Amino acid sequence: MTLLLVESIDARYGLLQAVRDVSLEVEEGETLALVGANGAGKSTLLCTIAGSHRPAGGRIVFDGVDVTRVRAHRRVRMGIALVPEGRRLFPALTVEENLLVATAAHREGPWDVEAVLEVFPLLRAHRSARAASLSGGEQQATAIGRALMTNPRLLLVDEVSLGLAPVVVERVYAALGELSQRGTTIVLVEQDVGRALAFASRVVCMLEGRVVLEGPARDVTREQVTDAYFGLARAGAV
Amino acid sequence: MVLDGVDFAVGHGEAVGIVGPNGAGKTTLLNVLAGSLRADAGRVELHGTDVSRAAAARRCRLGIGRAHQVPRPFGEMTVFENVFVGAAAGAGGPRSEVYDRAIESLDACGLSALANRRAETLGLLHRKRLELARAVATNPSVLLLDEVGGGLTDAEADELLATISRLRVGGIAVVWIEHIVHVLVRGVERLVCMAQGRVIADGEPAAVMRDASVIDAYLGTAVV
Repeated sequence: MTLLLVESIDARYGLLQAVRDVSLEVEEGETLALVGANGAGKSTLLCTIAGSHRPAGGRIVFDGVDVTRVRAHRRVRMGIALVPEGRRLFPALTVEENLLVATAAHREGPWDVEAVLEVFPLLRAHRSARAASLSGGEQQATAIGRALMTNPRLLLVDEVSLGLAPVVVERVYAALGELSQRGTTIVLVEQDVGRALAFASRVVCMLEGRVVLEGPARDVTREQVTDAYFGLARAGAV
Repeated sequence: MVLDGVDFAVGHGEAVGIVGPNGAGKTTLLNVLAGSLRADAGRVELHGTDVSRAAAARRCRLGIGRAHQVPRPFGEMTVFENVFVGAAAGAGGPRSEVYDRAIESLDACGLSALANRRAETLGLLHRKRLELARAVATNPSVLLLDEVGGGLTDAEADELLATISRLRVGGIAVVWIEHIVHVLVRGVERLVCMAQGRVIADGEPAAVMRDASVIDAYLGTAVV
């Protein structure tokens, strides 16, 4: 069943067009990785799905409902949660308070503070610590935990591993794997293409705002991603 | 540490592209070359003269011109006036020379027809051209380009490449940072790849883009 339908989305920042006519479908339970160079439009696309950036054209349909004009906080209540780039925690609040903020979405489901701490045991010792005092990995775990507290059907994670130590990246991906097994649909942006191909069931590569490669992660080769990523097939000479 | 023992030289009239993943230190390198950031150690030479202690404005007069990633023209001034500022503040000289240089730069960047438009009315492509024209008007021997191709359509990128190759006929050397690799490789003879503040590859563009360490730097090391 299609959970998310992105139809001909255009997104701009003033004069700059960041996303150009992007369409994609995400099935319920699927894990989709968006890869591509800096400036390819991955984060912007994620933000248009979450409702934090209004597209200039196109449609976003979630679970059969056109949400293009639905505001971000309403989309959270419908089951779309975004882990934004840079985590965006409330620095003065504790880990637990940051998690509890998300209960404002009033969505029923298995996620509560205890469940989050179970998936991210590294947070347990910092439960009452201010978010500002956390390491990058702990912040990322808290940000993902906060998104989970809304009991999302669709989890959007921007820049999963950016700035995290390799061992922490392992832990974060282990947790995401567990979420996926529980049936959560995940769309993530990942700079580390090897990691993205290993984790996701499907991969979409963007270049300058467009989708230039899409396929099941197991069928897509690193060489194909490399060509799509740099757009070198278009350069001709290379 | 953003830049770590970076060494490279650019010949007269040579065009060198600089690539590297986000956070590689490319823009910081450009800042160090332009003088808007002082390096903690090391040296920047222009025509064999040490300019490491020269401020950005002085380096500009000495021949280091720069087009920034985000054009910030004087919006209420005309396109010509903006370029005139570059010509006057850069190499300077008698007013008639400055005037001529501004006209030539506009012409080289395909902006003559828009000379009397207010800069704030320009679209992205023309803003990028204006940024380029302003840098060119300073009469640089080395032109530093920071992401001038971002956000352009294929046709616009082709026009930009044509403009830059016209400029180079006059002997300007170019150091060009660009995320749009397939555009960059068509505009330079040499490519330098940086990662985590270091130069990891330096050579002919096609060879650099096939280099395994370059691909790993962008895509992450293969785990599958």
